Amino acid sequence: MWAPRKEVDRVDVNDRSYDERVTDVLIIGAGGAGLRAAIESHDRGAKTLVVCKSLLGKAHTVMAEGGIAAALGNVDPADSWEVHFSDTIVEGQHLSNWRMVEIFAKEAIERVYELEKYGAVFDRTPAGKISQRPFGAHTYRRLCNIGDRTGLELIRTLQDQLIARSVPFMDEVMITCLFRDPKTGRAAGAMGIDVKTGKLLLFRAKAVILATGGSGRVYQVTSNSYESTGDGIGMAYRAGAELMDMEMIQFHPTGMIYPPGVRGMLVTEAVRGEGGILTNSVGERFMSRYDPKRMELSARDVVARSIYTEIMAGRGSKGGGVYLDITQRGAEYIKRKLPSMYDQFMAFADIDITKDKMEVAPTVHYQMGGVRVNPETAESSVAGLYAAGEVASGLHGANRLGGNSLSDILVFGKRAGESAAKSVAAMDLPSVDGESIEKEISRVLSPFSTTGNANPFHIKEEIASNMWKHVGIVRNAADLEAGLIELEKLRDEAKGLKAVGERAYNQSWTDSLQVLDMLLVCEAIIGSALERKESRGAHTRSDFPSKDPKWLVNIVTSQIDGKMVRRTEPVPTPPEALLSLIKEDD
Amino acid sequence: MTEAMSETGERRDRKKTVKLRILRGVGGQTSPPHYDVYEVPREDGMVVLNAVHYIQSNLDPSLSVRWNCKAGRCGSCSAEINGRPQLMCKTRVDSIDGEITIEPMQAFPRLKDLVTDVTANWKVAAQIPPFTPKANAGDIFTFYQADVDRSREFRRCIECFLCMDVCHVIREHEADYIGPRWVVKAASLDMHPMDGLNRSKFMKETGGLGYCNITKCCQEICPEHIVITDDAIIPEKERVVDRHYDPLLWVYRHLKRNAEAEGM
Repeated sequence: MWAPRKEVDRVDVNDRSYDERVTDVLIIGAGGAGLRAAIESHDRGAKTLVVCKSLLGKAHTVMAEGGIAAALGNVDPADSWEVHFSDTIVEGQHLSNWRMVEIFAKEAIERVYELEKYGAVFDRTPAGKISQRPFGAHTYRRLCNIGDRTGLELIRTLQDQLIARSVPFMDEVMITCLFRDPKTGRAAGAMGIDVKTGKLLLFRAKAVILATGGSGRVYQVTSNSYESTGDGIGMAYRAGAELMDMEMIQFHPTGMIYPPGVRGMLVTEAVRGEGGILTNSVGERFMSRYDPKRMELSARDVVARSIYTEIMAGRGSKGGGVYLDITQRGAEYIKRKLPSMYDQFMAFADIDITKDKMEVAPTVHYQMGGVRVNPETAESSVAGLYAAGEVASGLHGANRLGGNSLSDILVFGKRAGESAAKSVAAMDLPSVDGESIEKEISRVLSPFSTTGNANPFHIKEEIASNMWKHVGIVRNAADLEAGLIELEKLRDEAKGLKAVGERAYNQSWTDSLQVLDMLLVCEAIIGSALERKESRGAHTRSDFPSKDPKWLVNIVTSQIDGKMVRRTEPVPTPPEALLSLIKEDD
Repeated sequence: MTEAMSETGERRDRKKTVKLRILRGVGGQTSPPHYDVYEVPREDGMVVLNAVHYIQSNLDPSLSVRWNCKAGRCGSCSAEINGRPQLMCKTRVDSIDGEITIEPMQAFPRLKDLVTDVTANWKVAAQIPPFTPKANAGDIFTFYQADVDRSREFRRCIECFLCMDVCHVIREHEADYIGPRWVVKAASLDMHPMDGLNRSKFMKETGGLGYCNITKCCQEICPEHIVITDDAIIPEKERVVDRHYDPLLWVYRHLKRNAEAEGM
């Protein structure tokens, strides 16, 4: 069963050779979106291969705590896909693509029941149905949950399905670029590194699905995993795909602030869902000033901005955040409903949340923008290149509701897998030209031969601190421009990125290669943030503090002649039947 | 709260730096692995992974460490810290007196430095009969919170493989035993309220459950506090016994099979 231990083959630092893999559908990323896409593509008969940067089952999906939003109506029978549709559009500040939201709100329900059939064990109502908990800005109790480990259960369930179907996968493979057929322009494959050995890999495919997640790691204070460095967005852009809504970065209202090593670690919204109260240094329940109706369970952008305002006004906590208090619920209840939070504060901060208040401040959590996709097929502006989950854009508009991303990855992961599998039927393998391959190999290996001496770990930190300082919750033109100037300096420095040591599992090498895409993502975020001269959802400009109907547009970013360019496009208007469903709160 | 205090209320010796000894080496390399020693500035609330990151960023960029969430949720940064299998992101530097020695998990082949090759686990996982809903499960499942609570513990597993690392059967004997993580997986499926399979034949014949002699090392080190031996391994062993060694049940099943065969 456990084959005799074999040491891995060693790869020479200058080795330009590569192994080649051929498949119908190549899926990059094995979080919820990638795994669900793989199942669909495989079940529809396409030869499917999944590659992912971390170990199988470690993707950022694993961190999702609160639940998965779907209008099952198990707890509140009045709930329906129509109300979920309206909540998503309204809280996305009308920047979402209506068709994507419609598909999402309808299909989220089937995807949750399907996940249960795949083996996920949800918490139950007394009648034995899937239980649903309240969450910020959802009209009804809508989040199906598995304790506070919903993401773990989701990824494990899909991972088991992948393994049971024997769908081929390669974990710890980092993709460095996408290839297109030189004649047809269709996506044709990708170049990558087998991180374990350092061997180069060429993937040839008839369709490619990006499910690479977001780019929270371009910020200093973030709840995101190591691997969330925006590679997918960067490589799609480099391959000529359009990006959209890149200025829309979600700050989760509550991240840990102490100790320094865990700053930014998420404190789930479920704490507020279960009755947690936010107070400032003078003991006021300050949310009553910002959203007296919904209080702590207001939309994430509202709560994050409120906390920021309190801190800036000098009413912050000792550690520079605000207080979050769940003690009134009692120890037994807290340990049962929020076990991971209890453990997290005990282990990392020596704080017993059943007795003491938590100190929290906003942390970068999610990217609403990303690769622009067709709402029906999840196909990008490059034929044969699909994107699903956080790497894609269009569903969440200017602000994502809690719980909507787990349903997003299932709904559009499935759709991407379906469209990709259909598109490859009776198709010849697109070609990749040898010159592009050789050029990419030279680029990928350059950190080993550079005469420069730039430290990739330091440059990543500088990128992240620049974004935190200049492109935060509240932005203005002067800061954003300063951020761009700093970014150019970093881009210059990054030319001399140096890898040290062997090819096998070399993070000074792989991190060096991530820097390029991080810089591109930052440039796209800052550029779009400068462009949008209003405040809407997650994007707040102190120099343009109000929402302006003339900015009811999506900002589209793309590459023309090697330069990043932007244009605006009006948000498509929903048909009358859907328009009438949208219920504004205020 | 932030200062480490001993039980007598005395302040612990708070040196400004901490010394780490790390086992270095590349898989497939002929030269034997060796220890490198580093000195890292202490920080409030620092965990071992923070110290390793400090080394990687500032002292030796060639040091390899597998990590991802840095929040104890993904199970990537498993290692042996002063000989005990632990997650580097959850082990506080101030919980250890003196020098800290970090070695990769010994049960798996070394890739480089602290990183091991755990891929053999997926081949084992693929052999476990997957979740298969009962015939009468219906289109939308109905079951109750009590059913959920029975298997919830097993579903907390973050696949850090520390239990596999500490298991002496896996570590020393290369026996045909699937190992604690995979018994927990089988138990989570067997106790799924809607599952219709019986995995005891698999556990006995392929899973090699008999190899486990209940030393309980795995349940002691599980970072998710899954009571692996008592709650998963022993009940799975009991299921095997019920199925294969209970003489009354054997006679009953034998007669039933004959009766069914005659009825056909």
